[in-house]
Amino acid sequence: MKKGRRRSGFVAACIIPATVLFVIFMIIPTFNVFRMSLYKWGGYSNKKKFVGLENFEKLMRDTKFLQSFQNTVLLIVIVTVITMSLALIFAAILTREKIKGQNFFRIIFYIPNILSVVIISAIFSAIYDANNGMLNSLLSIFRKGADPIYWLGDQKIVIFSLAGAMVWQAIGYYMVMYMASMSSVSVSLYESSALDGATKFQQFFQITLPLIWTNIRTTLTFFVISSINLSFLFVKAMTSGGPDGSTEVFLSYMYKQAYTNSSYGYGMAIGVVIFLFSFGLSGLVNLVTKREPIDI
Amino acid sequence: MNEMKKKKPFSLYRLFIYVVLIALAVSIIVPVAWVFMASIKQNNEFYGNPWALPAGFYFQNFVDAWTKARMGEYMLNSVIVTALALLFLLVLALPAAYVLSRFKFVGRKILNVAYMAGLFINVNYIIVPIFLMFVDGNKVLKSLGLPPFLLNNLVVLALVYAATALPFTIYLLSGYFVTLPKDFEEAAYMDGAGYHRTMIQIIFPMAKPSIITVILFNFLSFWNEYIIAMTLLSDPNGGKTLPVGLMNLMKAQNAAAQYGQMYAGLVMVMLPTLILYICVQKKLTQGMTLGGLKG
Repeated sequence: MKKGRRRSGFVAACIIPATVLFVIFMIIPTFNVFRMSLYKWGGYSNKKKFVGLENFEKLMRDTKFLQSFQNTVLLIVIVTVITMSLALIFAAILTREKIKGQNFFRIIFYIPNILSVVIISAIFSAIYDANNGMLNSLLSIFRKGADPIYWLGDQKIVIFSLAGAMVWQAIGYYMVMYMASMSSVSVSLYESSALDGATKFQQFFQITLPLIWTNIRTTLTFFVISSINLSFLFVKAMTSGGPDGSTEVFLSYMYKQAYTNSSYGYGMAIGVVIFLFSFGLSGLVNLVTKREPIDI
Repeated sequence: MNEMKKKKPFSLYRLFIYVVLIALAVSIIVPVAWVFMASIKQNNEFYGNPWALPAGFYFQNFVDAWTKARMGEYMLNSVIVTALALLFLLVLALPAAYVLSRFKFVGRKILNVAYMAGLFINVNYIIVPIFLMFVDGNKVLKSLGLPPFLLNNLVVLALVYAATALPFTIYLLSGYFVTLPKDFEEAAYMDGAGYHRTMIQIIFPMAKPSIITVILFNFLSFWNEYIIAMTLLSDPNGGKTLPVGLMNLMKAQNAAAQYGQMYAGLVMVMLPTLILYICVQKKLTQGMTLGGLKG
């Protein structure tokens, strides 16, 4: 009996501090996002008025919001497709082929992931600079005398410039992760399939991909959430949503509404959409990528 | 194995692979190296060819950044916040993860599910309510005649960092704790060790590799973070962390060009993480397979 009391005392002492903080700083704010989205609330004045779903109705007619929605989806699709396919291909090459300096490449490719997004944004601002930027200066070799390309100033181009920076940041991380799971695939599978005349191409699609599918699935699910967040970090440090809203994404628009505009209720309605969208998309990815697990 | 057979003749395919790999490596090394180079350039050198090598070693940039742009002060703030946040995190997460993965008690399932769900909540989704909570809290403190200390406070910022890193950290640590056989604790109890002693002296030392992984990943995320820091340290003239100060410098750079200072600041943010990475790159890239996901 006494032992039982001591035991539960110990369990409580271990679990309660963490859980209290977790509830205060994660659970309650999450509930508050949903609750506040139902209020018309102009910030510090503390005049809160319950308006039901009015914020959401307004949101559906807000062209700036719709543009941020579009930009977010576009960025997620581009960045996910490019990052994942390149990461998989590079990982397969580095694990399957006997490459000299394999370790060197692995170390270098991972570097962008340890840098702050502020730094990456600064680096890419220097790369994309229209007049003295590295990219235009390289390109001027091929297009002499042509007008400089405004990588961050042209509304049609800027979103792809942003995607480029995001891919640069993410690719190494996923590559290293896939390398780890690919190296656990048994070599004998490749050897026996080579005897049957399988090409490297076939091996990649019929052995490598199916065997690390669980890993790909998990990373994809979380990649969606992380790119919603990362697109915000990049926008905040690089373009501030400009020029003229052409790089505004979900979170940057929410942040703008809440802080620049002080309309917290409206901002939180955007927050609700972000929550639902990211959960929905993660769930969808999870569902679409469902395969029978392969055990070997 | 059979090294002799592996020595293949020169092939176009392999040449292609090398070209692509080297191109990617160059696209990473060059921009990073360029920042280091730019940090010792004089201001007028930024208006010419971006590929020009620095005319000399202009160390004044670092001095200016350190004092005029207050980077020295910001760096100290960053060190304090990161260290405190890591300390808070370990003190909170280690016991919690241990108990959650190795003890059966009422509510365990719910807690596990809640922390799992927490993995899907990104801090930046909920930063506005956290900020407003502190605004309200400060009002309450004021009405009680206490100083309103919740905003512009490095300790509070560290606490928010720690709290929001809990789901990922607990997930990672629990993943290790569940793999340990029960025998360790049973033997310790036999020898008369209490729960606390067993946990601190037997279990935690064994979890050292996972703890190091946790520290590494969270160090990087705390050191590099700027959205929460920018929001919670909102006083324009008050203390800031290094990335936030740097971002302000970048924004100011558009008006009055201080390129040298800015790149010197970039080096200051980047250097600690790069040095750490070079020292522990093996641990870091191995560690990530433990978690399999990113916070």
